Amino acid sequence: MKPIETKQEYSNYVDQKSPNSPILKNCFNAFWVGGLICTIGQIIFDFCTFKGADETSASTIVSIILIGISALLTGLNIFNKIGKFAGAGSLVPITGFANSIVSPAIEYKSEGYIMGVGGKMFTVAGPVLVFGISTSVLIGILGTVPISFF
Amino acid sequence: MKRVGTQTITFDNPPTILETSSIVGPKESQGPLAKYFDQCLDDEFWGEKTWEKAESKIIKENVNSVIAKSGIASTDIDFCFAGDLLNQCISSSFGLREINIPFFGIFGACSTFVESMCLASVFIESGGASNALCATSSHFCSAEKQFRFPLELGNQRPPSSQWTVTGSGAVILTFSGTGPYITCITPGKIVDMGIKDANNMGAAMAPAALDTLITHFRDTGRKPSYYDAIITGDLGYIGKEILTELAETKGYNIKNNYEDCGVLIFDKENQDTHSGGSGCACIGTVFSGYYFKQLKEKKLNKILLIATGALMNSTSSQQGESIPGIAHAIAIEN
Amino acid sequence: MDFIQSIDFLQLIKCFIVGGLICIIGQILIDKTKLTPARILVIFVTTGAILGGLGIYKYIIDFAGCGATVPLTGFGANLAKGALTEIKDSGILGAFTGGVRASAGGIAAAIVFGYIASLISKPKIKKQ
Repeated sequence: MKPIETKQEYSNYVDQKSPNSPILKNCFNAFWVGGLICTIGQIIFDFCTFKGADETSASTIVSIILIGISALLTGLNIFNKIGKFAGAGSLVPITGFANSIVSPAIEYKSEGYIMGVGGKMFTVAGPVLVFGISTSVLIGILGTVPISFF
Repeated sequence: MKRVGTQTITFDNPPTILETSSIVGPKESQGPLAKYFDQCLDDEFWGEKTWEKAESKIIKENVNSVIAKSGIASTDIDFCFAGDLLNQCISSSFGLREINIPFFGIFGACSTFVESMCLASVFIESGGASNALCATSSHFCSAEKQFRFPLELGNQRPPSSQWTVTGSGAVILTFSGTGPYITCITPGKIVDMGIKDANNMGAAMAPAALDTLITHFRDTGRKPSYYDAIITGDLGYIGKEILTELAETKGYNIKNNYEDCGVLIFDKENQDTHSGGSGCACIGTVFSGYYFKQLKEKKLNKILLIATGALMNSTSSQQGESIPGIAHAIAIEN
Repeated sequence: MDFIQSIDFLQLIKCFIVGGLICIIGQILIDKTKLTPARILVIFVTTGAILGGLGIYKYIIDFAGCGATVPLTGFGANLAKGALTEIKDSGILGAFTGGVRASAGGIAAAIVFGYIASLISKPKIKKQ
């Protein structure tokens, strides 16, 4: 091996030395866990519409129930094990959003219920709301432009 | 005491490492070195309400333990050097606020343990102190909370990430004794090779370890084979491999006698610690628990201890800065 | 039971596959780009809002149902849909109120359940 002199050479060398994530296995786990979470959502959705709820309410009920289950599993210290196994499979569905709010809430409880729980709750999920809501407002404003491309 | 070469100090009346003590958390207690540690905890909180309080209690109890083991009175200890990973080193200063010994709070990230021993040995050699105490701590949970994500977040740790050791290592150095002696120290320079991935600390710190290692050999004229063991702090599996290969390109073969505490402390396969252990307590507990006993029993007689540190925080990584590394070396001989 | 008989199993399979595929995209982003979870979530919600705004996402929802609404892209699309629906009634004001109104249930649930969870549960170490 040649001696390494520059940062670029070192960076290339480190990339080659560092093990890659087992991407196929991770994708497989993400696929079936993510699919399963969506399917559970679909069954709840079907049940709501079966009981006479309209589609918008049914969608909201699905979100609330999945978020409730995620909060419970996070509190019971189970969600992080699912997340470790499933990766994006539990992160990308609404469950990941719920987990990212509940986990700092629990962690920062030691700093008090106002600034700890209240203040730190959105350390991970805050950007999601900032960018999600901002994009929606922007789209709404563009939607009012008469020559709409929508 | 005199300077040799560019940055090595050798001692005429080398300080003795009088006693050591180590406390480790539950995960370390299930690792391969468990039987060497003085105390193994079965709860990360250790009866406290927060991770930070738990870490302070660990360093406090460990310091009490090393003083008790040494047989000298705490009033005979002239100075204390301690540090940890939490912001403003609160574990050590809160843990040791009742100890009543003049206190130097130091920060060298994971290199703190050897940094404190470097400073303490110069104090002793210069006559400024007769006995000095060095202590460090780290805690997986408080470190994750400060540097990464809440523990309950369901994320995946990449294969290059390392596991912060929960525990504390403490040593007492004394001006007269029968060894093991700290014969020379090589404080290291800050080396930054541009690594930005905070999940690959081993790679970020390895160039600093290499720089200190080569400087030590050049300053002292020693060769790798002079030592029974060359031990780095927490380069982990990836950093260890990198250091071994880089040293070879510079003409130093350390393959036969090189160990890394981050590799030794956990069982990679069964404990799922990815690239190994890290944190101030990694080299702190492994030296205090394992290597000190090996020296005392004369199974090893000459070791070079190199603690490595990544001098970054969560703000610097968010701002896209690369990670500066540091490594300090001390030679310990019977 | 009537409900069990009413389940459309083909719909469940479509939901499973599409939901799974969206998660695979997330997994590839995690493993290949070293993005943090927060960034991944932002990418998904923004992409969803844009696709929703362009009117593309509703076809995926029509096909896969919850396979498209449960992932965070669905959350984003719902925000955009809410804004676009409400501007019809209240003009530009609707752009500001519509998105949040449409997803208020999910946001409020996450905040309240998060707060309750913090009251009853204690941080714990990952055993693995």
